Amino acid sequence: MLALDAPVVPPSARSRAAQGLTAAAALGIFALQRCEDCGAVQYPPRDACVECLSARLRWRAMERGGELLSETLIRHGQELYFRRRAPYRAGLVRLDVGPSTIVALHRACEGAPSRLRLRLALDKAGQALLIGLPEKDVPDMADDPIIRETTCAPRARKVLITDVKTRVGRAMAEALVAAGAEIVWAGFAAPWKPSPHLEALRALGPVTPVPLDVTDESSVRELAGGIGGKVDILINTAEHHRPGAIASRNGIETARAEMEVNFFGLLRLAQAFSAALKARAADGQASSTAWVNLLSARALSNDPAHGTFSASMAAAFSLAQALRADLQASGIRVLNVFPGPIEDEWNALVPPPKLSPEALARTVVDALERGLEDVYPGEVAKDLIARFLENPKALERELAG
Amino acid sequence: MRDAARPYEDIVVAAPVTVPYTRHSIKSAHWFLAQALARLIHSARIRKTDIDGLAVSSFTLSPDTAVGFTQHIGLSPRFLEHVPMGGASAIVQLRRAARAVEAGDAHIVACIAGDTNHVDSFRLNAASFSRFARDAVYPYGSGGPNGSFALLTAHYMRVFGATPQDYGKLCVAQRQNALTNPLALFRKELSLQEYLEARPIADPIRLFDCVMPCAGADGFLVMRRAMAKKLDLAHARLLAAIERHNGYPDDPIQFRGGWALDRAALYDQAGVSPKDIDFLEAYDDYPVMTLMQIEDLGFCGKGEGPEFVRRHSFTTQGSFPLNTSGGQLSMGQAGAAGGHLGVVEAVRQLIGMPLGAQVGKARLGLVSGFGMINYDRGLCSGAAILAAPGGRKKRGKR
Repeated sequence: MLALDAPVVPPSARSRAAQGLTAAAALGIFALQRCEDCGAVQYPPRDACVECLSARLRWRAMERGGELLSETLIRHGQELYFRRRAPYRAGLVRLDVGPSTIVALHRACEGAPSRLRLRLALDKAGQALLIGLPEKDVPDMADDPIIRETTCAPRARKVLITDVKTRVGRAMAEALVAAGAEIVWAGFAAPWKPSPHLEALRALGPVTPVPLDVTDESSVRELAGGIGGKVDILINTAEHHRPGAIASRNGIETARAEMEVNFFGLLRLAQAFSAALKARAADGQASSTAWVNLLSARALSNDPAHGTFSASMAAAFSLAQALRADLQASGIRVLNVFPGPIEDEWNALVPPPKLSPEALARTVVDALERGLEDVYPGEVAKDLIARFLENPKALERELAG
Repeated sequence: MRDAARPYEDIVVAAPVTVPYTRHSIKSAHWFLAQALARLIHSARIRKTDIDGLAVSSFTLSPDTAVGFTQHIGLSPRFLEHVPMGGASAIVQLRRAARAVEAGDAHIVACIAGDTNHVDSFRLNAASFSRFARDAVYPYGSGGPNGSFALLTAHYMRVFGATPQDYGKLCVAQRQNALTNPLALFRKELSLQEYLEARPIADPIRLFDCVMPCAGADGFLVMRRAMAKKLDLAHARLLAAIERHNGYPDDPIQFRGGWALDRAALYDQAGVSPKDIDFLEAYDDYPVMTLMQIEDLGFCGKGEGPEFVRRHSFTTQGSFPLNTSGGQLSMGQAGAAGGHLGVVEAVRQLIGMPLGAQVGKARLGLVSGFGMINYDRGLCSGAAILAAPGGRKKRGKR
């Protein structure tokens, strides 16, 4: 028998072509397939151009305006997920770029015929969803059920930051308080020791320091036993980073220390916290909602000047994919953040531009509020991912210097 | 350009059969289809081996197709069609069978359709209906056909001024027609008030706009008139038939179907005009589609459907008899058999053996099929004109 609060997600089966829509939604881009030969825009996603049969269909960012031609209020969905959320407002929209689309309608949209704009978001199953929004923002836009279901805003939620020793961790705490988080548990290896940083964070109000050392399994388990069942969003900021080429050191102690935090730390957190997060994924308005991994753009392709760090982040990225697969079935979003070099002592020798911890923290909050899945904050990260997607082999050579 | 097809040469439809519908069944599609075939054989007083052509339609026959079904029932046809076209399957089967008989590829083609309905069948079918539906419709509230047709219904109301009373009048009239039909699942009188006050399903669609998914099967035989006479079978003659798939792909939303593209060919082939038609068996999964068929088949102009509805009674004995057995709205929808319902009822009316009341002057019947809401619209349309065994109408009356 299904427990009443067992997480139920919307139907997730999609064709391979439709995963292109998911890829765009993960990045917060509104993209549709366009035929490279005749220019026809396609929807639903296809394997051959509807006009000229060309197989050269590419995902391109598109204008998102359209006209609502018709709408309905579905009061009896076939799937349990929708039955719990009935009635569901759906509409048929003719996009300015051509195709007709079926969309979920924001409650502030006017009736047909009316102008609206579309957003591509990820639903609770982690799959792409087209949402019709009013042309202009209205007050409390984010309170609409379809927006709440597709985003992970920290407002009024309880958040655990795994490490606030670093500037990034502290900036994260400040940004979350500013975004209206109800509680911010601030992980700190020894919170009982006097620390000016902790005093400053305590002064923010909702911040409560908690003892946490991700390299210590019993520490992780103990904290999970205490607050695991209350955490709505977990943000893993714990990081160990020592620059240098792999041949510049003897022995593997530095690399082991990086793996101990960046990879095994994430694994310990996943083992201790994911079950509790999954269990509360369907808790109505106050549900658990997201898991954030602060990774590195160096996870995409090794930066030999940060050889072992890049490798540990590549390992953490891979583990984060496994975590995503596990949490997705419950409707918990895993947000992977791939920043370029951050303004800290370990990137002191890296030339600018570098990312300030404050900008990184704001990007994470923004990504949660928009419900994204992959974020590349800062100019360097955006440059790296573009080069990586265009030609990974070229990037490998370029990073070799 | 008009695509003129060769006229049919003395092709007839005989032995209309129905395996009584039930709301749910633990039996399989194979069972229902086999029973339809058994009834055809019994009704036509022929042997199984006399059937040398077979056309099959079913949503729930999986993992089998018509091929596996031949072995299941021990039939060795020399002509075999699997027609997965939902509510257009009957017309398409009829067209294929007629040409096969004309060409000598088969002497007697059994056209059957049927489905079972287990308790969870409808949801499972809706969830995996088509690739486009799975990618781009089902994740939006999983309303199934109710949600999709609600969008078409609301649009048609807004643009052409149809009212809930117009839709309701069709549903009420069809229920009236069902009252004398012993095989109808719904035989309780329905008032317009009850229709209007019924619970909303997917606005503006109300409970009585929706067909009841059920289990059942229907079938008929297609052969030459000479064969029907030899077998001493009552029969209706096939005068014309059309089909179209993915008609009007550039319409932003469906407000017409492929019938509008092909109706001139239909009436030309039959040598009759819309005013000669004595009754219409339209595909009534949902009332808005009935309105579109009335318009697109030329009984009135586009957008004049609501006015047409207000002018007629649609009862079997009234003006413009429509869905004289009660249609799917009262009989139930046995999956792919939904389109066969219209063909078997038309033949029954034309040979004077209806399940319920008889249309007073039933000489020419028009049957229309519609199927497969693959994404945002139904893709398959078809129609056929059948005539009573008597004399053929003169050509050139259009």
